[in-house]
Amino acid sequence: MAAEQHHPPVRFDTHPDRYRHLALDFPPEYGGAVARLQIDIPEDGGLRPGYPLKLNSYDLGVDIEIADVTNRLRFEHPNVRALIITSAKDRIFCSGANIYMLGMSSHAFKVNFCKFTNETRFALEEMSEASGVHTLAALNGTASGGGYELAIACDEIVLVDDGSSAVSLPEAPLLGVLPGTGGLTRVVDKRKVRRDLADVFSTVAEGVRGKRALEWRLVDEAPAKGQFQSAIKRRVEAMVQRSKRRAFAPVILPALSPTRGDNRVDYKYVTVEVDVAKRTAALTVKAPSSDIPATLQQLIERGAAAWPIQAFRELDDALLDLRFNYPLVGTIAVKTSGDAKAVVAMDEMLTKQAENGLVCEVTLLIKRVLKRLDMTARSLFAIVDRGSCFAGSLFELALASDRIYMLDDTEAAEGEAPHIALSPMNDGPLPMANGLTRLQTRFLGDPLAARRAFELRAPIGTQEALAAGLVTFAPDDLDWDDEIRIAFEERASMSPDAMTGMEANLRFAGPETLETKVFGRLTAWQNWIFQRPNAVGGRGALTLYGKPERPEFDFART
Amino acid sequence: MSNVMNDERIPNNVNLSSDKRLQRALEAWQPNFLTWWRDMGPAEFQADDIYLRTAISASSDGWAHFDYVKMPDYRWGIFLADPVQNRTIGFGDHIGEPVWQEVPGEHRNALRRLIVTQGDTEPASVEQQRLLGLTAPSMYDMRNLFQVNVEEGRHLWAMVYLLHTYFGRDGREEAEALLQRRSGDADKPRILGAFNEPCTDWLSFFMFTFFTDRDGKFQLLALAESAFDPLSRTTRFMLTEEAHHMFVGETGVGRIVERTAQQMSEHKIERPDDARKLGLIDLQTIQRYLNLWYSLSLDLFGGEISSNAAHFFATGLKGRAKEEEYADHTALEGAYPMEVVRERRLVRDDIPLRNAMNEQVRDKYVVDCQRGVDKWNRMIESFGVPFRLTLPNRRFHRQIGLFSDLHFSPSGDLISDEAWQAQQGTWLPSESDKAYVRSLMKPAMPKPNEMAHWLAAPKQGIRGKPVDFEYVRR
Repeated sequence: MAAEQHHPPVRFDTHPDRYRHLALDFPPEYGGAVARLQIDIPEDGGLRPGYPLKLNSYDLGVDIEIADVTNRLRFEHPNVRALIITSAKDRIFCSGANIYMLGMSSHAFKVNFCKFTNETRFALEEMSEASGVHTLAALNGTASGGGYELAIACDEIVLVDDGSSAVSLPEAPLLGVLPGTGGLTRVVDKRKVRRDLADVFSTVAEGVRGKRALEWRLVDEAPAKGQFQSAIKRRVEAMVQRSKRRAFAPVILPALSPTRGDNRVDYKYVTVEVDVAKRTAALTVKAPSSDIPATLQQLIERGAAAWPIQAFRELDDALLDLRFNYPLVGTIAVKTSGDAKAVVAMDEMLTKQAENGLVCEVTLLIKRVLKRLDMTARSLFAIVDRGSCFAGSLFELALASDRIYMLDDTEAAEGEAPHIALSPMNDGPLPMANGLTRLQTRFLGDPLAARRAFELRAPIGTQEALAAGLVTFAPDDLDWDDEIRIAFEERASMSPDAMTGMEANLRFAGPETLETKVFGRLTAWQNWIFQRPNAVGGRGALTLYGKPERPEFDFART
Repeated sequence: MSNVMNDERIPNNVNLSSDKRLQRALEAWQPNFLTWWRDMGPAEFQADDIYLRTAISASSDGWAHFDYVKMPDYRWGIFLADPVQNRTIGFGDHIGEPVWQEVPGEHRNALRRLIVTQGDTEPASVEQQRLLGLTAPSMYDMRNLFQVNVEEGRHLWAMVYLLHTYFGRDGREEAEALLQRRSGDADKPRILGAFNEPCTDWLSFFMFTFFTDRDGKFQLLALAESAFDPLSRTTRFMLTEEAHHMFVGETGVGRIVERTAQQMSEHKIERPDDARKLGLIDLQTIQRYLNLWYSLSLDLFGGEISSNAAHFFATGLKGRAKEEEYADHTALEGAYPMEVVRERRLVRDDIPLRNAMNEQVRDKYVVDCQRGVDKWNRMIESFGVPFRLTLPNRRFHRQIGLFSDLHFSPSGDLISDEAWQAQQGTWLPSESDKAYVRSLMKPAMPKPNEMAHWLAAPKQGIRGKPVDFEYVRR
């Protein structure tokens, strides 16, 4: 916290016109079907002062732009079917996260920075797989560390074979830490490099060049400099050909421009209220009936202002705000309000129109934001009370929470009692990182319970929800205030480290995927290494990087 | 408000008539309590009129209202001692901060456990004593037994009030479970060991009220220090009633001792067998019962070195009895010198003060017990009988704590398993002792002027009534 307090808050809103590190264009030879992202990071382009971004090394500011590119390609450029990522600098593609930046950052910032970059890498992969915007890393120079990890998040990698350009993961041999953006996992899991070769690759600081990189499957092609551009063209044209992207009218994403007050942020549909003393926040998503599109036509007409786009973009921004700018807020009350029937009707429309290009993007947006919620290292307690709207896609907010408290409102008039509802959106379109729906994950030990939940007729009342296992506790109106107060006080008193680790372990039951491996195994190990003297002690490798002294290790293995 | 839940039927000073949550909880719990009372309360006396004290308000004239009442109609009420204005936390890490009127979420589970553990002892003792009325040595004693029983019932209400008011659904479930456990039941025993020991004769009952209820007094004193003000106020009021229970124990044992010593003097006898021939409880047997109940009660204070107790103290949940008598209320520095067991040997060790909280409260308890024993010895001495009762060393016959795995003599010496086996019959009640004491318990309803042969009559009756007053009317 102390380190962050000296810095202005991190904001995630940007626009291609304001990019400082990237240049996005659409080369005319492809007729608008291909976007090109050139990395060109100025040394003085750091988000915070104190570290020059040499050799196209990046910090969070760069990744905020990469994340922005993927969002805009999805909504604003529906005709784009391929993305080339390359460098505007000679002989260097990207050298990864800036080491001095890491050395100056607090542990919490490093962890959140790595998490955000990882989420962005997965968004790139999803953009190819689900939206049909295929990706090519055109390595016109060396890609090291996070630079190679950015490349490996693309579908294909072309590395110029100029005798000096290499791909490498030098973190372990050079810095005593791990590549933090999924490099190790993707080398063996996605590119299926043999594990012994991966072991060699990951311990050779200067990396692997040209032909050998190709033989080891680290890249897909390694043409000589003269053939580099034509190789890219050939591959990109093939990508455009095979893309299944479905066109739709562009949806321009305006800035969100929330109102920020003292310890509260008000977006149009999302509100964050922070209680500094209690170290809690209330995160509320509103779903007013008049704003929910009921038909495809309404969705298209409203564009970015359409409720699901606007509300989930806001939620995304609010989550990042909480992660980076409110490190002391440990427990979040997840709340909703609005018209459950309208949300369910919209969900039914979205699933019925799933073949539509815009609907596809809207659904993927919701899916990504919900994953961001899953991945947020704060205790989440969903509060289902009178007027709340945990229905369909919004019920996923509750399912993503660590506990669900639902008011058993014995005083409520007919139709006013708290209720929840399921929709087809709970049954597949919004999977978690483990590939399962949140309901499937919840009922891992009783798969039929997930099916039975869909047989309940909406609205599902409190006792019915409790019996079906859809909520955790159902205090009645006499107990409610005290139970909620005590639950939050109790949670807020526990070790934040233990809660983070515990929640991360409990949230992702079920099968492993590349994603769960990166966010679970890789991240946990990395966060451990980041705390160890061998990396960050006085004589640690990360500490001494760039200095004349050699690191001194404690050689005892665990 | 329902008919069952009104201020007349349930005397209280907690605004029951406007507390919907408490009413709702009690409406479900109170019928089950009455069922429990009929099933597990004093056997065969539920329809009789008993001359009992009922607390009908927390004021000095209201807490002791005397009248005949049938026990199931006893008005179990809910009383808190008057609030202390601007009370602050008196010990631990939060010393000096205002006390809590609500349960802090952080401490919910620990506080609930403390309250449940205390609450569980109240119905347990009623269960342990439920057959004693059948063999009462006098109507006066019978009435005292029932007074103790209904007040233990009220103490259960006091703990249930806290569970109902401050712990939501969990609290209601725990309150229900307090009625489900049974003393001595193999499947669902009471929480603490001493409360599963049978108490089927009057010597045991008097020992229990002297020693075990005295543990209760010190636990209540420690809880009265709590930063959780409702717990503090509840236990402070309970202490006013607990005093009578110890009076019953101290005078009960005292009257047996008096009778035996007086008869020994009158008939010039010394040997225990001769005392038994006269139908008395010999002083040696009294000593063995004392050894048993004292050691069982010492266990109730918990382990000598306890991180739980340290946690309770640090967080302000439970202090030391009469915390004001200590100089240092944070107890962060300093050590408590203690004999501990290392490799089957006793060695001196310094225990951090906070980890020795149980032992500090036990110290005060031992002093308090000794005071009563001294009184009994003065009685024996007054008849010129040379025998003296003694409290055994606190290491003797312990089931909990540092000394529970080893055997110690009453003087505190570490002894072998063989030595223990050989001598325990001279230190603890043997089967023949128990059989003899039981043989004195006569299953007959005493007349108002009758007093069993093995104990002296009390000096005076209840609340100015004569000793031979008809305290129980059939």
